Amino acid sequence: MTTASLTSGLVAVRPEAESAPVVRGEVTKTEDSKMGATTHTDKAAAAPAKADDSVSFDTHLGNFVRKVIPPLLGFALVIGVWALVAMKSADFPGPGKTWDAAVVLFSDPFYSNGPNDQGIGWNILSSLKRVAIGFGVAALVGIPLGFIIGRFAFMNSMLEPIISILRPVSPLAWLPIGLMVFKAADPASTWTIFICSIWPMILNTAQGVQRVPQDYLNVARVLNLSEFKIITKILFPSVLPYMLTGIRLSIGTAWLVIVAAEMLTGGVGIGFWVWDEWNNLKVEHIIIAIFVIGIVGLLLEQLLLLIARRFSYGAN
Amino acid sequence: MNAIVKVENVGMSFDTKKGRFIALQNVNLQIKKGEVVSLIGHSGCGKSTLLNLIAGLTLPTSGVMLCNGREIAGPGPERAVVFQNHSLLPWLNCFENVYLAVERVFGTKEGKEKLKARTNEALEMVHMSHAAQKLPHEISGGMKQRIGIARAFAMEPQILLMDEPFGALDALTRASLQDELIGVMEKTGATVVMVTHDVDEAVLLSDRVVMMTNGPAATIGEILEVKLPKPRDRLALAHDAHFVECRAAILEFLYQKQMKKAA
Ligand SMILES: Nc1ncnc2c1ncn2[C@@H]1O[C@H](COP(=O)(O)OP(=O)(O)OP(=O)(O)O)[C@@H](O)[C@H]1O
Ligand SMILES: [Mg+2]
Repeated sequence: MTTASLTSGLVAVRPEAESAPVVRGEVTKTEDSKMGATTHTDKAAAAPAKADDSVSFDTHLGNFVRKVIPPLLGFALVIGVWALVAMKSADFPGPGKTWDAAVVLFSDPFYSNGPNDQGIGWNILSSLKRVAIGFGVAALVGIPLGFIIGRFAFMNSMLEPIISILRPVSPLAWLPIGLMVFKAADPASTWTIFICSIWPMILNTAQGVQRVPQDYLNVARVLNLSEFKIITKILFPSVLPYMLTGIRLSIGTAWLVIVAAEMLTGGVGIGFWVWDEWNNLKVEHIIIAIFVIGIVGLLLEQLLLLIARRFSYGAN
Repeated sequence: MNAIVKVENVGMSFDTKKGRFIALQNVNLQIKKGEVVSLIGHSGCGKSTLLNLIAGLTLPTSGVMLCNGREIAGPGPERAVVFQNHSLLPWLNCFENVYLAVERVFGTKEGKEKLKARTNEALEMVHMSHAAQKLPHEISGGMKQRIGIARAFAMEPQILLMDEPFGALDALTRASLQDELIGVMEKTGATVVMVTHDVDEAVLLSDRVVMMTNGPAATIGEILEVKLPKPRDRLALAHDAHFVECRAAILEFLYQKQMKKAA
């Protein structure tokens, strides 16, 4: 309909193409172009599982081996290289040392000795809390805004240039503004999350609204549905998968950004914790943090994929 | 003459990148109440364009379209449309898809129970009661088309517009849906305008077959009256002299009179 120009070059991800390259919002200045990230894993895993019913035990075993061996090999390779590197370097802890440190760390994740010394569990939770708030507010603002932009050509033309300029800016550049306005570190990092989450939500929602199939709109016209019915029965359901894609992209970016923001602001949080452990020269903790951040990010993404699949209406 | 739809000197052109494209020109047609009219013609001649004009989904660039003596200014529930690709809403199950239409048309006058009864009745009519709770992607193409027809009939429209309702179906499903449609039309006495590619279908179902010339600037070439008694039975008709005659007339129009231009 209207905003082709707005959405075409920017974050334009079709929800049905779950395994197609996904364009991420940017995190730092170096990453401001398209970062191809694919999520093949879920489909690859689902396909053999479906065919399993009628096949023999051998094929079962074969599938299992094919599914499990390559990832294990991958991990083994990384750990092997890591161990080799660690042997050559005095500062760099090896897998064994890191594992021991992790066991200690996770045996008491929720201790608290004042604001600067808390268990890793608290750090993760407070990062997640910031993400949840920034992200939630972004959804509250961004999704309605996306609907408006998608539905009204005028609003699209009005907001398109602004969004196009602001979107490529690293959310961290907004951190000082947050600090100035809120006069505190905590809401400032939440603010950066808000900024980085809002673009994918606006753009994907707007695109979803523009991509509502003409057939459905024709049904609405022939039935002469009220605006309320059009929104609840036609627009919202058909935009929902796009919205969920926006949400999924946002949460990925938000999780990337929170680490960086917390490094700058301090306080309690996984990003701050990484920086703190660097100052303490506990490199093994940094490595643990990298794994933890990765795993939490993966879980967040999988959770949203799960939700998105719930709303994919079969073939459509 | 009590024409429910009047198409007077209607022309339709589209603005394309290559300039103005005249799709229809000087189309004149009157459709009587209770009549079943098919539009037949080669692909791209403008059948869908004409149907969409009657539906009010598009407005003509010249001429007048009247429905019940009033100018057609947009779509409305008194002119139900069965879309070529069924256009069921994928997030609503079959019952809800039909109910959405029923509620819109009768919701202000009737209670919930009555609306549900109407919906079930419509599903019953196309023999789809068993799939009421299924989502569109869980049923076959023929079944979806039946739900689309049920949705349209449930609105009790004055005119039913169908764009190649069975176009995407195999011959057997097509035949059984045609028979079903004959039954439904018999029961409701509906006025029907339908686009088809299928000569047999046109003769079997219609009172008149409107044959369109090839585009651009297509118009109505000939109109054939099918004077076969109703209800019609496809097996008995196969050897009926008038049926064969009608068929031949349409084939002649399509493959002799209109073929050269198409090439
Ligand atoms: N929105 C449009 N813009 C430009 N040209 C159009 C548009 N809609 C239809 N046309 C043109 O008008 C002509 C008639 O199209 P129409 O869809 O009515 O054909 P049809 O008879 O229904 O064909 P088919 O049997 O293949 O469905 C075609 O040449 C088509 O290219
Ligand atoms: Mg057509």
